[in-house]
Amino acid sequence: MSSQHDIVVSVNGERRHARVDARVTLADFVREQCGLTGTHLGCEHGVCGACTVLVDGDAVRSCLLFAVQADGAEVTTVEGIGGPDGALSPVQEAFRAEHGLQCGFCTPGFVVTVTALLAENPAPSDAEIREALSGNICRCTGYQGIVRAVRRAAGTSA
Amino acid sequence: MTATAGRFVGQSVLRREDARLLTGRGRYVDDVMLPGMLHCAFVRSDIARGTVTRLDVAAACALDGVVAVLTAADLNAHAGSMQPTLLLNANGAPLRPLAERDVRFVGDPIALVVAQSRYLAEDAAELVEVEIEPLPAIVDVERAVDAPDRVHPELGSNVGDDVPFPRSEALEAALRDSPLVVTETFRQHRQTNVPMETRGIVAAYDPASAELHAWMSTQNPHEARLAISRVTGLPANRIRVTARDVGGGFGQKFFTFRDELTVALAARRLGRTLKWIEDRRENLIAANHARVDVATCTLALDDDGRLLGAYVDHLEDAGAYPTGGMGGAGALVGMLFTGPYKVPQAAFRSRAVFTNTCARGAYRGPWMFETVAREQMADVAARAVGLDPLEWRRRNVVRAGDLPYTLPSGMPLDNVTAAETLEQAAEIIGYDAFRVEQRRVFESEGRLLGIGLGLYVEPTSMGAMDPLGTDTAIVRVAPTGEVTVALGTGSHGQGIETTMAQVVAEELGVDIDDVVVVQGDTASTPFGRGTGGSGTAVIAGSACRAASEAVRAKVVEIAAHLMEAAPGDLEIVDGVVSVKGTPARSVPWKEVARIAHLDTARLPAGMAPGLEATASYQAPPITWSNACHACTVEVDRTTGLVRVLRYVVSEDCGVMINPMVVEGQIAGGVVQGLGGTLLEHVVYDADGNPLTTTFMDYLVPTATEVPEIEYGHIETPSPTPGGHKGMGEGGAIGSPPCIFNAVADALALVGARIDRTPLGPDAILTALDTAGA
Repeated sequence: MSSQHDIVVSVNGERRHARVDARVTLADFVREQCGLTGTHLGCEHGVCGACTVLVDGDAVRSCLLFAVQADGAEVTTVEGIGGPDGALSPVQEAFRAEHGLQCGFCTPGFVVTVTALLAENPAPSDAEIREALSGNICRCTGYQGIVRAVRRAAGTSA
Repeated sequence: MTATAGRFVGQSVLRREDARLLTGRGRYVDDVMLPGMLHCAFVRSDIARGTVTRLDVAAACALDGVVAVLTAADLNAHAGSMQPTLLLNANGAPLRPLAERDVRFVGDPIALVVAQSRYLAEDAAELVEVEIEPLPAIVDVERAVDAPDRVHPELGSNVGDDVPFPRSEALEAALRDSPLVVTETFRQHRQTNVPMETRGIVAAYDPASAELHAWMSTQNPHEARLAISRVTGLPANRIRVTARDVGGGFGQKFFTFRDELTVALAARRLGRTLKWIEDRRENLIAANHARVDVATCTLALDDDGRLLGAYVDHLEDAGAYPTGGMGGAGALVGMLFTGPYKVPQAAFRSRAVFTNTCARGAYRGPWMFETVAREQMADVAARAVGLDPLEWRRRNVVRAGDLPYTLPSGMPLDNVTAAETLEQAAEIIGYDAFRVEQRRVFESEGRLLGIGLGLYVEPTSMGAMDPLGTDTAIVRVAPTGEVTVALGTGSHGQGIETTMAQVVAEELGVDIDDVVVVQGDTASTPFGRGTGGSGTAVIAGSACRAASEAVRAKVVEIAAHLMEAAPGDLEIVDGVVSVKGTPARSVPWKEVARIAHLDTARLPAGMAPGLEATASYQAPPITWSNACHACTVEVDRTTGLVRVLRYVVSEDCGVMINPMVVEGQIAGGVVQGLGGTLLEHVVYDADGNPLTTTFMDYLVPTATEVPEIEYGHIETPSPTPGGHKGMGEGGAIGSPPCIFNAVADALALVGARIDRTPLGPDAILTALDTAGA
């Protein structure tokens, strides 16, 4: 039904050899074959952003990529954002301090998106923050704490 | 007015849930992967109403990796009642696991495919051959009332529920003879909850032990256990339901729906472990919808705009297979219609009507159309009398001196601050200054700014109907002194592991880091009502308080015995039991805990060992909270786009356990209401086909559409033990009419009118065109 491919992917710094069906998404690959269930699937059609991961440093929707497309790439999931001992990154710390999450389901996508944003633009304006967040849907917070968290992580909060 | 903050209660304690959720270590239902687990996909009807003429699963069964394809013939005869515990004996839709001879909405499940992977299950689902002879679909709720065709042929009528509260002769006279009588019909459109995590279940049935363990995305694990017990016929003590992290629900996951129950039943029949994770299309078309309401409102007023009488005729769309009763609004829309205003007399009729659409289900303030209709009507009345809407509300609002005030429906209103929140919201938003600016901007530039208010009283934590009004807490102290609290709640974003730890630590006098809350698991927690209906703070909180008091009393008694002091002279502060005023005479909490378990000879004579207590709490029928929303908008005359400029909420939820969490709940509700009013719309065509099946069509707000929300708090304690009031739903109740009123206020500048939602650009441009503006 579906051809199989051998791939080599670096996931959160660990090199991984895997054989995957051509149609397996990157999201399903990291969740089921790598056991990294922090990457969540909220829509599976590329709109909600919950499944956002970094591929070679760029924030991408892992539900819209096939695992074979990540062959040779460096993938960072939310599990790879903080310290291995569970220590929070500055972005994660800011989300906690500003109540930027409630149910937490969309949160990994936001954490990855904001991490990528601040790597590219360390001091975004409010308009830039909202624009950067507009590809991620949160249904709990009304984005109030999320916007504050980005400001805090960027050191631009009042 | 402001209650004194405690060491923990009243503090914005950061959430202990957050670290795991931020680092991807949460455990949602789809993260549960078990040995031998099989994957499910439903085959659903793509016809709204019709007769199933052919159902052939042979090709699907023949696909490699497919374990079973189950149809109604395999499951339905084995299923017990699918109604929730709350409504076991109520009238309702004829629920069944899978469609039999006919289908009744697009999304109606027809078959369940079980396969070795999700990919294969979906492949096989496409191979199931279904032929359906379409019949005319009943889509419009107003036409459904008298339609000759029936959604459910088993029932005598499409009107599933009809609650009359007849008009008295005096009310008839008021509605006929008052100086001013205004009537308006408002229509609210179809929306849906959209939790970011869809529904799902992993049901593991072990035929040898006859035990079923279900991991679920649920707000209410104990209800899920009872529902699975009824459907599968397994005794409740052979069923365990676990929900570690739940990705939102907003009511959708309070009752256990047909789909999850069908998977649990299939797991039992097959003797296997089954996983079903709903996809987003299924969630948008087949989980639950909400908010389809129509109300014709009539207000009788005197020359000064004071209310003399009110009548509302309300119709709600129940869809085809509502699980939580007939929709959720029912009589509450009529009973609460007069809300925070003084009205000498009122009456209503409320009907719930079946249609060939997705079920209506609970969605954050299921009866909120009472506030929508009333607050929109308030502005209509104000304009009719020639009063500013703020002034009209001032004249009619229930004030402190009026309390307790009995609503015309008989509900007793007390401990609310409607007038105070009205004034606070008006002050924060700068109501009078905005009026000046609005006029100036209109006259100089022709721009349309508007201001709106949404004032309401909210019945929370309702205790009148079992099992919604009770919770039980177990507070258990380990021999080492650390405290574990077990609750039957189902946190899905509210931070209950944090807030209930605040309550217990406060009561016990120990550090909050020494308190852990266990919930979301029927095996380790006492029976409880789940999390919904704005009930956890009052109901679970009071149970926590009572259990903590019992533990504290025992600690004090032991310590008094050890120190040869009188129990009444002791206090517990920071984990040390000491004689008040003589801190040197003390014994550490941890030492008391050790003695209670491991050195029991030192306990007072006759005292049982151990250190734990169980306490249950029954809530009063209603604990009222209240709020006033105020917002300003600009309506773009060219594009029809509405932009919310400022948004203010002044609320009174009594004693706040955690102000950060309170404001987070308000914000989430407000933005859901904003999305619901301006963006979100579940659309069916005339044949009952859903047209909004992805997030490209069903538009929920993103960060670019949302203003910063400003808050005002008034803390009037409720008469319950902690003084708390429920507040999880209110944001979504107050914001839709507040935004509607602001838009209507802007449009009124050019004589344009609106009477329905959503208020997308086409609705706005149509209103402007109609007014010739």
